[in-house]
Amino acid sequence: MPVLEDLLFQLELGLPQVVLGLVNGAFYALLSLGLAVIFGMLNVINFAHGAQFMMGAFVAWMLMAWGGIGYWPALVLSPLIVGAFGVVLEKTLISRLYKLDHLYGLLLTFGLALIIEGLFRNQFGSSGLPYAPPEALAGAPVDLGFMFLPKYRLWVVAAAVVMSLATWLVIEKTRLGAYLRAATENAALVQAFGVNVPRMVTLTYAAGVALAAFAGVLAAPIYSVNPQMGSSLIITVFAVVVIGGMGSILGSVLTGFGLGLVEGLTKVFYPEASSTVIFVIMAIVLLARPAGLFGRA
Amino acid sequence: MIQDRRTVLKTAAAASLVPAVGLVPARARAQSNTIKIGVLNDQSGVYREISGPNSVACVRQAVQDSGIAAKGVTVEVLAADHQNKPDVGATIARQWIDRDGVDVIVDVPNSAVALAVSSIVKEKNKAYFNSGGGTAELTGGQCSPNTVHWTYDTYMLAKSTGGAMVKTGGDSWFFITADYAFGHDLERNTTKFVQEAGGKVLGNVRHPLQSTDFSSYLLQAQQSRAKVIGLANAGTDTINSVKQAAEFGITRRGTKIAVLLMFISDVHALGLNTAQGLVCTESYYWDLNDRTRAFAERVKGALNGARPGMGHAGCYASVLHYLKAVGDMGAAAAKASGVEAVNRMKAMPTDDDCFGQGTIRADGRKLHPAYLFEVKAPGESKGAWDYYKLLQTTSVDNAWRPTSEGGCSLVRT
Amino acid sequence: MAADTLTAPPETSRARGLPGLEMLGFNRAQSIAFLLLLAFLVVGPFFLYPVFLMKLLCFALFACAFNLLIGYVGLLSFGHAMFFGMGGYLAAHAAKVWGFSPELAILTGGAMGAVLGLLSGWLAIRRQGIYFAMITLALAQMIYFLCLQMRFTGGEDGIQSVPRGRLFGLFDMSPDMSMYWLVAAIFLIGFLLINRVIHSPFGQVLTAIRENEPRAVSLGYKAENYKLLAFVLSATLAGVAGGTKALVFGIATLTDVYWAMSGEVVLMTLLGGLGTVFGPAVGAAVIVTMQNYLAEFGAWVTIIQGAIFVICVIAFRAGIVGEIARWLKVRL
Repeated sequence: MPVLEDLLFQLELGLPQVVLGLVNGAFYALLSLGLAVIFGMLNVINFAHGAQFMMGAFVAWMLMAWGGIGYWPALVLSPLIVGAFGVVLEKTLISRLYKLDHLYGLLLTFGLALIIEGLFRNQFGSSGLPYAPPEALAGAPVDLGFMFLPKYRLWVVAAAVVMSLATWLVIEKTRLGAYLRAATENAALVQAFGVNVPRMVTLTYAAGVALAAFAGVLAAPIYSVNPQMGSSLIITVFAVVVIGGMGSILGSVLTGFGLGLVEGLTKVFYPEASSTVIFVIMAIVLLARPAGLFGRA
Repeated sequence: MIQDRRTVLKTAAAASLVPAVGLVPARARAQSNTIKIGVLNDQSGVYREISGPNSVACVRQAVQDSGIAAKGVTVEVLAADHQNKPDVGATIARQWIDRDGVDVIVDVPNSAVALAVSSIVKEKNKAYFNSGGGTAELTGGQCSPNTVHWTYDTYMLAKSTGGAMVKTGGDSWFFITADYAFGHDLERNTTKFVQEAGGKVLGNVRHPLQSTDFSSYLLQAQQSRAKVIGLANAGTDTINSVKQAAEFGITRRGTKIAVLLMFISDVHALGLNTAQGLVCTESYYWDLNDRTRAFAERVKGALNGARPGMGHAGCYASVLHYLKAVGDMGAAAAKASGVEAVNRMKAMPTDDDCFGQGTIRADGRKLHPAYLFEVKAPGESKGAWDYYKLLQTTSVDNAWRPTSEGGCSLVRT
Repeated sequence: MAADTLTAPPETSRARGLPGLEMLGFNRAQSIAFLLLLAFLVVGPFFLYPVFLMKLLCFALFACAFNLLIGYVGLLSFGHAMFFGMGGYLAAHAAKVWGFSPELAILTGGAMGAVLGLLSGWLAIRRQGIYFAMITLALAQMIYFLCLQMRFTGGEDGIQSVPRGRLFGLFDMSPDMSMYWLVAAIFLIGFLLINRVIHSPFGQVLTAIRENEPRAVSLGYKAENYKLLAFVLSATLAGVAGGTKALVFGIATLTDVYWAMSGEVVLMTLLGGLGTVFGPAVGAAVIVTMQNYLAEFGAWVTIIQGAIFVICVIAFRAGIVGEIARWLKVRL
């Protein structure tokens, strides 16, 4: 049966791509999650997200190269350090924009991204730095039956799923999350109940930035650690957020994984278009469902 | 005498603040015994490492080594960042020539900018030595009597890597190609040489420029069971492909990875752990022989301890050869006509520490051997920047595209 | 916070313009500024490098075209590079391959912008705000992909060695000064056309739609048609600007269709002053000058650009011209 054989061959070709697509989807999900948190709570479109992702990877490298601190501590330390940087940014610059049009937030953070990238390029050059995966996850790839997958990639998917779930739980199911959601509806009222809203907003921004840095540390062992590593992802991630519905936590996570899959399959059937396909989907979704797949109109 | 970079910057800044400087005719300021060399390259983007400030330092070294000052000729070196924007590059090139009296433009990576500058220099009859760019068009359909293409081109990379790999047993190939003219060019040429040498190409996949994840393509390459995966991409794309190939253990299972365009700075960025076993072609390596080592030693200080790559070496050697021609024909004659200066360069055999002895062909192609290297394993490397071992040398006669295939109009007449 | 919306404050007092310039819709301050601009256009090339000035004027026209959309219709396009870049490709192709004279080549570029503007505008104007920006971005990315794939664009090498040709088949445009006068004329025509449109009844309706769309619709105006027309006009002029630039430099490349170019024109307009008549041109001048003269400072170019972005958003949201206008208490 040549047809069946053909189908099996396609499947053999396709299944590994689905798995790899999920790995990429994990990064999209984590990055768009951070963007969604920041947009949902602060109403700011954080264009510096890519730069903060890059900083996460670089801080991990610095910890390793200058302090001898390995991957696992870096996974916690780097988001904290970059998050602290986020606090400074929010306090000094971003907090001035809350009452303005979205556009100004976009422009300010775009400028910040240029500055951050430029400074890193001056310091570290543009061809990138080496960063090895941790001992425990290095070594021979795991045999999944239909493909060999490096252990590290499995870890990336697991870490992204856990992190996404945790974020969603915090925002939807805890008291803190309830305050946050309430503050976006009516900040004055929440303030009146004795909640320090400005501080909460600052910490939310820091948390969103820390998520980006976390993704950056995850990316360091498999992607090139270079100053432009974030800017080549950020436009795609924006598309993910828009397709998922601006500010929707669940939407951004599901869309992130979903688009990773679609992109993975495009890489087999029409690889040249693999970076354009997301924009085609975005245009279609926006025209059919302007608030995004999971957004509230 | 070399003018200090800072002074040049200051003058440039002053010129920008006081537009009235433009009132003074450029010719009045350009003295007949001062040669001005403009290094135009990428100082802030992806090609910074292969060109950038290090090219400028190597050009200064060439000025010093040429001993031209003793002949009463002053050389001034200017530098600018084209930001990988063809219009920025074109404006700077025109402005340098029209207003600042620049006689030579050097380096210029990024093929769109490289070709744009070539036609400007031709129009203004100055001299142009491309080192950072790889497009073989510079000595092909768009060749110019004012251009010398020094260091490498897509044809030579394909020939050396494609032909020589088959000889060492890598006779079945799969290409991972960046989806743009440079990538297509490399893939097409390499395919030809692989087939001529008796190998076969099992498949290819084309990825968008600046992709992040290459695992999907690597997997497709692996499924083809090819012995060699040819990477016809550049810069960050190459680094990401190599890094992920190591992660998936592709080289460990005996597949060779041939990187069609790689510079030593890329190997440095990857680290030997990841880069070991890669095969690539370069026309200069600092640890090739006594002369190359001597050159690397001389510029080490100016390069902050890094070793020069072939792009930097090309800037050095082309300027050195030019200054020899200037010494020969006199600064005034060299300034008067870029074509004449380049013709004089073509008439003289070249000899420098980086590329040894060589010649420049009528179409502007500089000829020297091409070397196929394999990246050492961490255990084999004896010190900083000890990265390559030599696999094959492609001789001068075989390395470059024959003029009959290039379609350069300078050759027929 | 009315002062911090994206668009120009409503006109409060309408001072009368200088005689003769009144018909162009200028008030007194604008007339003076316009005369200064004219003087600069005439005297400029004798002080500044003409090729640099031409580049500046091309970008100034591009920014003015962009401003028509954001400043007067309130639509932020994040994909204007597609009109600019495709206009450049078409003009370059027309001049090089079809042998068109420069004025026809530039018009071809404009026509390309118009067609592309009609198609993308028809899709994009159904949405507002950030969604409009995202649709235009998506469409521009697709055009970028097409430019990479299509043969005639020459991939990343671009279209090179485009001849400037002879104007009307008569005047040789290869001397920089001849080309300069053509570019200056194109800029001036484009600039005045935009200004005329803004002050026409059509422009008044656009402003009405920007301020309160449901109300404009209830008054019987078909908002969609007005928006589409403004979009097409803006795209056409962007195409003209791109086409002119392609002829000035003799090249058309991918840089001009890349999304960063869309970002750059936003930067120019914002820096100069959104919704001001002269702002975009001033903003374009500042950015182009920076790219040119900071080129000697290597990697600092992007850092300084970023810093200007940040400072503008934090301290000078009205832009250079907007701040000057506020200080002088006039409209510019």
